[in-house]
Amino acid sequence: MTRENVLVTAQWVEDHLDDPQVVLVEVDEDTSAYDKGHIKGAIKLDWTKDLQDQVRRDAISQDQFSTLLSERGVKNDDTVVLYGGNNNWFAAYAYWYFKLYGHSDVRLMDGGRKKWELDSRELTDDAVSREATTYTASAPDLSIRAFRDEAVAAIGTKNLVDVRSPDEYAGRLMAPAHLPQEQAQRAGHIPTAANVPWSKAANDDGTFKSDDELKQIYTDAGVDWDKDTVAYCRIGERSSHTWFVLKELLGQPNVKNYDGSWTEYGSLIGVPVVLGDEKGVA
Amino acid sequence: MCGATEGGLSLDGIDVNKEAVVQGQVLRDGEPVGNAYVRLLDRTGEFTAEVPTSASGHFRFFAGDGEWTLRTLAPKADPVDHQVKAAVGSVAEVSIAI
Repeated sequence: MTRENVLVTAQWVEDHLDDPQVVLVEVDEDTSAYDKGHIKGAIKLDWTKDLQDQVRRDAISQDQFSTLLSERGVKNDDTVVLYGGNNNWFAAYAYWYFKLYGHSDVRLMDGGRKKWELDSRELTDDAVSREATTYTASAPDLSIRAFRDEAVAAIGTKNLVDVRSPDEYAGRLMAPAHLPQEQAQRAGHIPTAANVPWSKAANDDGTFKSDDELKQIYTDAGVDWDKDTVAYCRIGERSSHTWFVLKELLGQPNVKNYDGSWTEYGSLIGVPVVLGDEKGVA
Repeated sequence: MCGATEGGLSLDGIDVNKEAVVQGQVLRDGEPVGNAYVRLLDRTGEFTAEVPTSASGHFRFFAGDGEWTLRTLAPKADPVDHQVKAAVGSVAEVSIAI
């Protein structure tokens, strides 16, 4: 695994703006951000509408993913480059989706939209349309997706990495601090989970730290490189960012994103929960 | 809506009594900066949240009781740190010059 296969720079994107092989895709937490300005030629995926089943609480299905990408004009052999706001949280979530459904060449733009803007690179509000395609998604690769029972089973046996902020981990906050705090579920974290906030993996401008720095951060937090890993956050998007670091940048073999994350786990009846800054015991 | 800044972001639908709001505006030479990023760092300097400023340069966080640092990034400017104290039930107003 090399960085070049999964991560491109803003300059690389600027150099490939007219490359017909490359499809730029913007995915933001603030789903209106794209409409105010986006990189030339980029299409938009709306994580609330396009990447969530609108009836059940779940990821969209293989068929839904096929339909979505066909409608948006993405081909199976396109090089898909994802970027977005919030240091690529939701772009990383979409990246994980593309991998879940077997897209062969998908990459993140390092630093996302913020890096692009801080570099004073051009954004446009031009409408983008692509001719529809016939996209065929593969069966979901469940080796990268954890469900709740696996999260419970990982307590004390696998690396559990809670990538939320320390205050969310300890139960002092229920959500990221730019969102209102009203929530129904319990606060805290899964016992034995290490708290490695996603942000430790990124520089202020949103780009990823070097492989050596990243390896050190997770080693210092107690991640055992010989064990399988489950990453979680609140709704599965920040943990996609960490999943990307561990699986795609550092090449760890068995890393799963628990996309149900704290909003699911913290609402389960009967599962153990730890409050405070300590990991807790199995 | 009470608690909203004049010309700032609306607090409609948000129960301010339950929130420790930190909000403000980023200015360059007195003019609003609509393409800045404001990061909220906790008392240990750890990243907690980040928002882009609105077209009018405004930003808002829902924090918790205590001391926080706001770190502002903007094109063609050095990062600026600003200390702020937040408390549930109040709105801390900050003006940041870059």
